[in-house]
Amino acid sequence: MKTCLERIYNGVLKENPALVLMLGMCPTLAVTTSAINGFGMGLSTMAVLIVSNLIISLLRKSIPDEVRLPAYIVIVASLVTVVELLTQAYLPDLYKALGIYIPLIVVNCIILGRAEAFASKNSPLPSLFDGVGMGLGFTIALVLIGLVREFLGAGTAFGVTILSPEVFTPLGIFIRAPGAFLVLAIVVAVMNGASVMTRANEMVNGCDGCCAKCGKICEDTKEEAVK
Amino acid sequence: MNSLVMIVVGAALVNNVVLSQFLGICSFLGVSKQMKASLSLGGAVIFVITIASAVASLLYTFVLEPLSLAYLQTIVFILVIAALVQMVEMFLKKNSPAIYKALGIYLPLITTNCAVLGVALTNVQNGYGLAESVLAGFGTAVGFTVAIVLLAGIRGRLDESAVPLPFRGAPLVLLSAALMSIAFMGFGGIS
Repeated sequence: MKTCLERIYNGVLKENPALVLMLGMCPTLAVTTSAINGFGMGLSTMAVLIVSNLIISLLRKSIPDEVRLPAYIVIVASLVTVVELLTQAYLPDLYKALGIYIPLIVVNCIILGRAEAFASKNSPLPSLFDGVGMGLGFTIALVLIGLVREFLGAGTAFGVTILSPEVFTPLGIFIRAPGAFLVLAIVVAVMNGASVMTRANEMVNGCDGCCAKCGKICEDTKEEAVK
Repeated sequence: MNSLVMIVVGAALVNNVVLSQFLGICSFLGVSKQMKASLSLGGAVIFVITIASAVASLLYTFVLEPLSLAYLQTIVFILVIAALVQMVEMFLKKNSPAIYKALGIYLPLITTNCAVLGVALTNVQNGYGLAESVLAGFGTAVGFTVAIVLLAGIRGRLDESAVPLPFRGAPLVLLSAALMSIAFMGFGGIS
Protein backbone atom coordinates (compact mmCIF):
# COMPACT_ATOMS: atom_id res chain seq x y z
CA MET A 1 0.00 0.00 0.00
CA LYS A 2 2.86 2.32 0.86
CA THR A 3 4.45 1.99 -2.56
CA CYS A 4 1.09 2.69 -4.19
CA LEU A 5 0.63 6.00 -2.34
CA GLU A 6 4.25 6.84 -3.01
CA ARG A 7 3.66 6.31 -6.78
CA ILE A 8 0.75 8.76 -6.68
CA TYR A 9 2.73 11.38 -4.75
CA ASN A 10 5.59 10.88 -7.20
CA GLY A 11 3.36 11.38 -10.26
CA VAL A 12 1.46 14.38 -8.97
CA LEU A 13 4.28 16.36 -7.36
CA LYS A 14 7.81 15.03 -7.45
CA GLU A 15 7.91 13.95 -11.08
CA ASN A 16 4.87 15.70 -12.51
CA PRO A 17 5.06 14.60 -16.15
CA ALA A 18 3.99 17.90 -17.72
CA LEU A 19 5.55 20.44 -15.37
CA VAL A 20 8.70 18.73 -14.10
CA LEU A 21 9.61 16.04 -16.63
CA MET A 22 8.34 18.16 -19.56
CA LEU A 23 6.84 15.15 -21.31
CA GLY A 24 3.81 15.32 -23.58
CA MET A 25 4.46 18.92 -24.61
CA CYS A 26 2.25 18.74 -27.71
CA PRO A 27 -1.07 18.17 -25.90
CA THR A 28 0.02 20.37 -22.98
CA LEU A 29 0.31 23.31 -25.35
CA ALA A 30 -2.38 22.43 -27.85
CA VAL A 31 -5.52 21.55 -25.91
CA THR A 32 -5.26 23.84 -22.89
CA THR A 33 -7.38 26.57 -24.48
CA SER A 34 -9.91 25.93 -21.70
CA ALA A 35 -9.93 24.11 -18.38
CA ILE A 36 -12.57 21.65 -19.62
CA ASN A 37 -10.51 20.65 -22.66
CA GLY A 38 -7.45 20.21 -20.48
CA PHE A 39 -9.48 18.05 -18.11
CA GLY A 40 -10.84 15.89 -20.96
CA MET A 41 -7.38 15.40 -22.47
CA GLY A 42 -5.92 14.62 -19.05
CA LEU A 43 -8.56 11.99 -18.33
CA SER A 44 -8.22 10.35 -21.76
CA THR A 45 -4.46 10.15 -21.36
CA MET A 46 -4.83 8.84 -17.81
CA ALA A 47 -7.21 6.08 -18.95
CA VAL A 48 -4.75 4.93 -21.62
CA LEU A 49 -1.80 5.22 -19.25
CA ILE A 50 -3.36 3.16 -16.44
CA VAL A 51 -4.44 0.31 -18.70
CA SER A 52 -1.24 0.32 -20.79
CA ASN A 53 0.92 0.27 -17.64
CA LEU A 54 -1.12 -2.64 -16.29
CA ILE A 55 -1.03 -4.67 -19.51
CA ILE A 56 2.66 -4.04 -20.15
CA SER A 57 3.51 -4.96 -16.59
CA LEU A 58 1.52 -8.20 -16.88
CA LEU A 59 3.23 -9.04 -20.17
CA ARG A 60 6.69 -7.87 -19.12
CA LYS A 61 8.07 -11.41 -18.97
CA SER A 62 6.54 -12.58 -22.25
CA ILE A 63 7.59 -9.66 -24.48
CA PRO A 64 11.06 -10.29 -25.94
CA ASP A 65 13.44 -7.45 -25.25
CA GLU A 66 14.32 -6.82 -28.92
CA VAL A 67 10.75 -6.13 -30.05
CA ARG A 68 9.48 -4.46 -26.90
CA LEU A 69 9.04 -1.00 -28.41
CA PRO A 70 6.88 -2.12 -31.37
CA ALA A 71 4.93 -4.33 -28.95
CA TYR A 72 4.30 -1.39 -26.61
CA ILE A 73 3.26 0.79 -29.54
CA VAL A 74 0.69 -1.79 -30.69
CA ILE A 75 -0.74 -2.10 -27.16
CA VAL A 76 -0.91 1.68 -26.69
CA ALA A 77 -2.37 2.28 -30.17
CA SER A 78 -5.12 -0.30 -29.55
CA LEU A 79 -6.04 1.35 -26.24
CA VAL A 80 -6.04 4.79 -27.83
CA THR A 81 -8.39 3.53 -30.54
CA VAL A 82 -10.75 2.25 -27.83
CA VAL A 83 -10.66 5.60 -26.02
CA GLU A 84 -11.16 7.42 -29.32
CA LEU A 85 -14.24 5.36 -30.21
CA LEU A 86 -15.67 5.75 -26.69
CA THR A 87 -15.29 9.55 -26.64
CA GLN A 88 -16.73 9.72 -30.15
CA ALA A 89 -19.78 7.76 -29.01
CA TYR A 90 -20.43 9.17 -25.54
CA LEU A 91 -18.71 12.59 -25.41
CA PRO A 92 -19.06 13.96 -28.95
CA ASP A 93 -18.44 17.57 -27.86
CA LEU A 94 -15.13 16.69 -26.25
CA TYR A 95 -14.23 14.55 -29.27
CA LYS A 96 -14.80 17.56 -31.53
CA ALA A 97 -12.84 19.92 -29.29
CA LEU A 98 -9.81 17.65 -28.95
CA GLY A 99 -9.98 16.39 -32.54
CA ILE A 100 -6.74 14.94 -33.83
CA TYR A 101 -5.06 15.16 -30.41
CA ILE A 102 -6.96 12.07 -29.18
CA PRO A 103 -5.34 9.66 -31.68
CA LEU A 104 -2.06 11.48 -31.06
CA ILE A 105 -2.04 10.13 -27.49
CA VAL A 106 -0.22 7.20 -29.16
CA VAL A 107 2.90 9.29 -29.60
CA ASN A 108 2.61 10.99 -26.22
CA CYS A 109 6.00 10.48 -24.62
CA ILE A 110 4.50 9.99 -21.15
CA ILE A 111 2.91 6.69 -22.11
CA LEU A 112 5.87 5.02 -23.82
CA GLY A 113 8.16 6.65 -21.27
CA ARG A 114 6.35 5.11 -18.30
CA ALA A 115 6.09 1.76 -20.07
CA GLU A 116 9.83 1.73 -20.60
CA ALA A 117 10.91 3.31 -17.31
CA PHE A 118 8.45 1.72 -14.89
CA ALA A 119 5.89 -0.83 -16.09
CA SER A 120 8.41 -3.05 -17.87
CA LYS A 121 10.37 -3.45 -14.63
CA ASN A 122 7.71 -3.59 -11.90
CA SER A 123 4.82 -5.80 -10.85
CA PRO A 124 1.24 -4.97 -11.96
CA LEU A 125 -0.10 -3.21 -8.85
CA PRO A 126 2.64 -0.57 -8.48
CA SER A 127 2.53 -0.09 -12.28
CA LEU A 128 -1.20 0.54 -12.13
CA PHE A 129 -0.72 3.13 -9.39
CA ASP A 130 2.17 4.66 -11.30
CA GLY A 131 -0.31 5.14 -14.15
CA VAL A 132 -2.85 6.69 -11.77
CA GLY A 133 -0.23 9.03 -10.28
CA MET A 134 1.27 10.12 -13.58
CA GLY A 135 -2.19 10.47 -15.13
CA LEU A 136 -3.42 12.58 -12.20
CA GLY A 137 -0.31 14.75 -12.34
CA PHE A 138 -0.79 15.29 -16.07
CA THR A 139 -4.51 16.05 -15.65
CA ILE A 140 -3.88 18.54 -12.84
CA ALA A 141 -1.19 20.30 -14.86
CA LEU A 142 -3.43 20.55 -17.95
CA VAL A 143 -6.39 21.84 -15.93
CA LEU A 144 -4.21 24.47 -14.23
CA ILE A 145 -2.70 25.71 -17.49
CA GLY A 146 -6.15 25.58 -19.12
CA LEU A 147 -7.64 27.55 -16.22
CA VAL A 148 -5.02 30.32 -16.50
CA ARG A 149 -5.40 30.57 -20.28
CA GLU A 150 -9.20 30.48 -20.15
CA PHE A 151 -9.37 33.09 -17.38
CA LEU A 152 -7.00 35.53 -19.08
CA GLY A 153 -8.23 34.82 -22.59
CA ALA A 154 -11.99 34.70 -22.06
CA GLY A 155 -12.64 35.79 -18.45
CA THR A 156 -14.26 32.45 -17.64
CA ALA A 157 -13.39 29.36 -15.60
CA PHE A 158 -14.78 25.95 -16.63
CA GLY A 159 -17.12 27.88 -18.95
CA VAL A 160 -18.58 30.01 -16.12
CA THR A 161 -18.15 33.76 -16.52
CA ILE A 162 -16.01 35.12 -13.67
CA LEU A 163 -15.30 38.61 -14.90
CA SER A 164 -17.83 40.12 -17.28
CA PRO A 165 -16.38 41.78 -20.40
CA GLU A 166 -17.32 45.26 -19.08
CA VAL A 167 -15.02 44.85 -16.06
CA PHE A 168 -12.16 43.04 -17.76
CA THR A 169 -11.45 42.95 -21.47
CA PRO A 170 -10.25 39.37 -22.15
CA LEU A 171 -6.78 39.11 -23.66
CA GLY A 172 -7.75 36.90 -26.59
CA ILE A 173 -4.13 36.06 -27.34
CA PHE A 174 -4.06 33.66 -24.39
CA ILE A 175 -6.53 31.25 -25.94
CA ARG A 176 -4.81 31.51 -29.32
CA ALA A 177 -1.61 29.62 -30.15
CA PRO A 178 0.97 32.16 -28.83
CA GLY A 179 -0.70 32.17 -25.40
CA ALA A 180 0.29 28.52 -24.92
CA PHE A 181 4.00 29.25 -25.35
CA LEU A 182 3.66 32.41 -23.26
CA VAL A 183 1.99 30.71 -20.28
CA LEU A 184 4.40 27.78 -20.33
CA ALA A 185 7.38 30.15 -20.52
CA ILE A 186 6.16 31.98 -17.43
CA VAL A 187 5.41 28.72 -15.58
CA VAL A 188 8.94 27.43 -16.21
CA ALA A 189 10.45 30.82 -15.30
CA VAL A 190 8.56 30.81 -11.99
CA MET A 191 9.74 27.27 -11.26
CA ASN A 192 13.32 28.30 -12.15
CA GLY A 193 12.96 31.30 -9.85
CA ALA A 194 11.75 29.06 -7.04
CA SER A 195 14.62 26.70 -7.95
CA VAL A 196 12.36 23.72 -8.61
CA MET A 197 14.44 21.54 -10.90
CA THR A 198 12.56 20.91 -14.12
CA ARG A 199 13.83 19.11 -17.18
CA ALA A 200 12.88 22.09 -19.36
CA ASN A 201 16.43 23.28 -19.70
CA GLU A 202 17.73 19.86 -20.68
CA MET A 203 14.94 19.72 -23.22
CA VAL A 204 15.93 22.91 -25.02
CA ASN A 205 19.52 21.73 -25.01
CA GLY A 206 18.55 18.75 -27.12
CA CYS A 207 18.70 16.08 -24.41
CA ASP A 208 15.02 15.85 -23.62
CA GLY A 209 15.12 12.09 -23.11
CA CYS A 210 11.71 12.33 -24.72
CA CYS A 211 11.05 8.77 -25.77
CA ALA A 212 13.10 5.67 -25.45
CA LYS A 213 14.98 6.37 -28.63
CA CYS A 214 15.93 9.99 -28.05
CA GLY A 215 18.43 9.10 -25.33
CA LYS A 216 20.62 7.45 -27.91
CA ILE A 217 20.12 10.29 -30.37
CA CYS A 218 21.32 12.66 -27.70
CA GLU A 219 24.58 10.76 -27.30
CA ASP A 220 25.02 10.58 -31.07
CA THR A 221 24.44 14.32 -31.40
CA LYS A 222 27.02 14.97 -28.72
CA GLU A 223 29.55 12.77 -30.50
CA GLU A 224 28.78 14.62 -33.72
CA ALA A 225 29.31 17.94 -31.96
CA VAL A 226 32.65 16.77 -30.61
CA LYS A 227 33.80 15.85 -34.11
CA MET B 1 -4.24 24.35 -59.51
CA ASN B 2 -4.96 27.33 -57.32
CA SER B 3 -6.41 25.15 -54.59
CA LEU B 4 -3.34 22.88 -54.64
CA VAL B 5 -1.06 25.90 -54.14
CA MET B 6 -3.28 27.02 -51.30
CA ILE B 7 -2.90 23.60 -49.64
CA VAL B 8 0.88 23.95 -49.61
CA VAL B 9 0.83 27.59 -48.43
CA GLY B 10 -1.85 26.84 -45.88
CA ALA B 11 0.03 23.87 -44.44
CA ALA B 12 3.39 25.65 -44.40
CA LEU B 13 2.50 29.11 -43.15
CA VAL B 14 -1.13 29.66 -42.15
CA ASN B 15 -1.54 26.50 -40.04
CA ASN B 16 2.13 26.13 -39.23
CA VAL B 17 2.64 22.68 -37.75
CA VAL B 18 4.71 23.78 -34.75
CA LEU B 19 3.58 27.33 -34.12
CA SER B 20 -0.14 26.81 -34.40
CA GLN B 21 -0.75 23.04 -34.30
CA PHE B 22 1.88 22.26 -31.63
CA LEU B 23 3.11 19.07 -33.29
CA GLY B 24 6.78 18.11 -33.09
CA ILE B 25 7.45 20.46 -30.18
CA CYS B 26 10.06 18.13 -28.68
CA SER B 27 12.46 18.30 -31.59
CA PHE B 28 11.54 21.94 -32.34
CA LEU B 29 12.77 23.01 -28.91
CA GLY B 30 15.56 20.46 -28.61
CA VAL B 31 17.32 20.51 -31.97
CA SER B 32 16.99 24.28 -32.62
CA LYS B 33 20.08 24.84 -30.50
CA GLN B 34 22.31 24.46 -33.55
CA MET B 35 21.62 25.88 -37.00
CA LYS B 36 23.31 23.01 -38.85
CA ALA B 37 21.39 20.37 -36.95
CA SER B 38 18.14 22.26 -37.56
CA LEU B 39 18.72 22.31 -41.30
CA SER B 40 19.51 18.58 -41.35
CA LEU B 41 16.48 17.71 -39.26
CA GLY B 42 14.33 19.92 -41.51
CA GLY B 43 15.62 18.06 -44.56
CA ALA B 44 14.93 14.68 -42.97
CA VAL B 45 11.45 15.76 -41.91
CA ILE B 46 10.54 17.02 -45.42
CA PHE B 47 11.76 13.73 -46.86
CA VAL B 48 9.95 11.45 -44.40
CA ILE B 49 6.66 13.34 -44.08
CA THR B 50 6.21 13.62 -47.85
CA ILE B 51 6.74 9.87 -48.33
CA ALA B 52 4.69 8.96 -45.24
CA SER B 53 1.75 11.09 -46.42
CA ALA B 54 1.75 9.32 -49.78
CA VAL B 55 1.95 5.85 -48.23
CA ALA B 56 -0.70 6.60 -45.60
CA SER B 57 -3.03 8.05 -48.22
CA LEU B 58 -2.64 5.03 -50.53
CA LEU B 59 -3.12 2.64 -47.66
CA TYR B 60 -6.25 4.40 -46.48
CA THR B 61 -7.86 4.65 -49.92
CA PHE B 62 -7.02 1.17 -51.19
CA VAL B 63 -6.87 -1.02 -48.08
CA LEU B 64 -8.55 0.40 -45.01
CA GLU B 65 -11.56 1.99 -46.63
CA PRO B 66 -12.57 -0.88 -48.98
CA LEU B 67 -12.30 -3.35 -46.08
CA SER B 68 -14.20 -0.91 -43.78
CA LEU B 69 -11.32 -0.97 -41.35
CA ALA B 70 -11.03 2.82 -41.13
CA TYR B 71 -11.23 2.65 -37.34
CA LEU B 72 -7.84 0.93 -37.32
CA GLN B 73 -6.16 3.94 -38.92
CA THR B 74 -4.23 5.04 -35.81
CA ILE B 75 -2.66 1.61 -35.27
CA VAL B 76 -1.92 1.06 -38.95
CA PHE B 77 -0.45 4.53 -39.53
CA ILE B 78 1.90 4.46 -36.55
CA LEU B 79 3.24 1.03 -37.49
CA VAL B 80 3.64 1.97 -41.13
CA ILE B 81 5.44 5.19 -40.21
CA ALA B 82 7.83 3.37 -37.87
CA ALA B 83 8.57 0.72 -40.49
CA LEU B 84 8.88 3.32 -43.23
CA VAL B 85 11.44 5.39 -41.34
CA GLN B 86 13.46 2.25 -40.74
CA MET B 87 13.31 1.32 -44.43
CA VAL B 88 14.20 4.81 -45.60
CA GLU B 89 17.18 4.71 -43.26
CA MET B 90 18.37 1.36 -44.62
CA PHE B 91 17.78 2.41 -48.22
CA LEU B 92 19.72 5.65 -47.83
CA LYS B 93 22.57 3.92 -46.01
CA LYS B 94 23.00 1.53 -48.91
CA ASN B 95 22.24 3.69 -51.92
CA SER B 96 23.16 7.27 -51.10
CA PRO B 97 25.68 7.47 -48.28
CA ALA B 98 25.98 11.24 -48.80
CA ILE B 99 22.35 11.93 -47.89
CA TYR B 100 22.55 9.33 -45.15
CA LYS B 101 25.50 11.11 -43.61
CA ALA B 102 23.65 14.41 -43.63
CA LEU B 103 20.32 13.12 -42.28
CA GLY B 104 21.37 9.86 -40.63
CA ILE B 105 21.03 10.43 -36.91
CA TYR B 106 17.87 12.47 -37.28
CA LEU B 107 15.88 9.81 -39.11
CA PRO B 108 15.00 7.60 -36.11
CA LEU B 109 14.08 10.71 -34.14
CA ILE B 110 11.30 11.32 -36.62
CA THR B 111 9.35 8.17 -35.74
CA THR B 112 8.50 9.73 -32.41
CA ASN B 113 7.77 13.10 -33.99
CA CYS B 114 4.04 13.45 -33.71
CA ALA B 115 3.93 15.69 -36.78
CA VAL B 116 4.23 12.65 -39.09
CA LEU B 117 1.24 10.84 -37.59
CA GLY B 118 -0.57 14.16 -37.23
CA VAL B 119 -0.29 14.95 -40.94
CA ALA B 120 -1.46 11.48 -41.95
CA LEU B 121 -4.52 11.75 -39.70
CA THR B 122 -5.33 15.32 -40.74
CA ASN B 123 -5.19 14.32 -44.42
CA VAL B 124 -7.75 11.58 -43.82
CA GLN B 125 -9.90 13.94 -41.77
CA ASN B 126 -9.88 16.52 -44.59
CA GLY B 127 -10.76 13.83 -47.14
CA TYR B 128 -7.64 14.53 -49.23
CA GLY B 129 -6.75 12.35 -52.22
CA LEU B 130 -3.21 11.24 -53.04
CA ALA B 131 -1.95 14.44 -54.70
CA GLU B 132 -3.47 16.68 -52.04
CA SER B 133 -2.07 14.50 -49.24
CA VAL B 134 1.44 14.61 -50.65
CA LEU B 135 1.27 18.38 -51.11
CA ALA B 136 -0.16 18.91 -47.64
CA GLY B 137 2.58 16.69 -46.18
CA PHE B 138 5.27 18.54 -48.10
CA GLY B 139 3.87 21.92 -47.05
CA THR B 140 3.65 20.91 -43.41
CA ALA B 141 7.23 19.69 -43.41
CA VAL B 142 8.44 22.89 -45.10
CA GLY B 143 6.58 24.83 -42.40
CA PHE B 144 8.38 22.79 -39.73
CA THR B 145 11.75 23.49 -41.36
CA VAL B 146 11.06 27.22 -41.68
CA ALA B 147 10.03 27.41 -38.01
CA ILE B 148 12.97 25.42 -36.63
CA VAL B 149 15.56 27.24 -38.76
CA LEU B 150 14.15 30.63 -37.72
CA LEU B 151 14.21 29.61 -34.06
CA ALA B 152 17.79 28.34 -34.42
CA GLY B 153 18.76 31.73 -35.86
CA ILE B 154 17.07 33.58 -33.02
CA ARG B 155 18.68 31.36 -30.41
CA GLY B 156 22.10 31.98 -31.93
CA ARG B 157 21.61 35.70 -31.23
CA LEU B 158 20.13 35.16 -27.78
CA ASP B 159 23.16 33.25 -26.54
CA GLU B 160 25.12 36.45 -26.04
CA SER B 161 22.43 38.56 -24.39
CA ALA B 162 22.06 39.21 -20.67
CA VAL B 163 18.83 37.64 -19.49
CA PRO B 164 17.29 37.68 -15.98
CA LEU B 165 18.32 34.45 -14.28
CA PRO B 166 14.90 32.72 -14.02
CA PHE B 167 14.29 33.29 -17.74
CA ARG B 168 17.56 31.77 -18.89
CA GLY B 169 17.29 28.56 -20.89
CA ALA B 170 13.88 27.11 -21.59
CA PRO B 171 11.65 30.13 -20.72
CA LEU B 172 13.52 32.35 -23.17
CA VAL B 173 13.22 29.76 -25.94
CA LEU B 174 9.48 29.42 -25.23
CA LEU B 175 9.06 33.21 -25.26
CA SER B 176 10.84 33.38 -28.63
CA ALA B 177 8.48 30.69 -29.90
CA ALA B 178 5.53 32.72 -28.59
CA LEU B 179 6.67 35.82 -30.50
CA MET B 180 7.22 33.74 -33.66
CA SER B 181 3.75 32.32 -33.22
CA ILE B 182 2.28 35.84 -33.02
CA ALA B 183 4.13 36.75 -36.21
CA PHE B 184 2.85 33.64 -37.97
CA MET B 185 -0.72 34.51 -36.97
CA GLY B 186 -0.35 37.32 -39.51
CA PHE B 187 -0.38 34.71 -42.30
CA GLY B 188 -3.98 34.00 -41.34
CA GLY B 189 -4.83 36.91 -43.64
CA ILE B 190 -3.81 34.90 -46.72
CA SER B 191 -6.62 32.41 -46.46
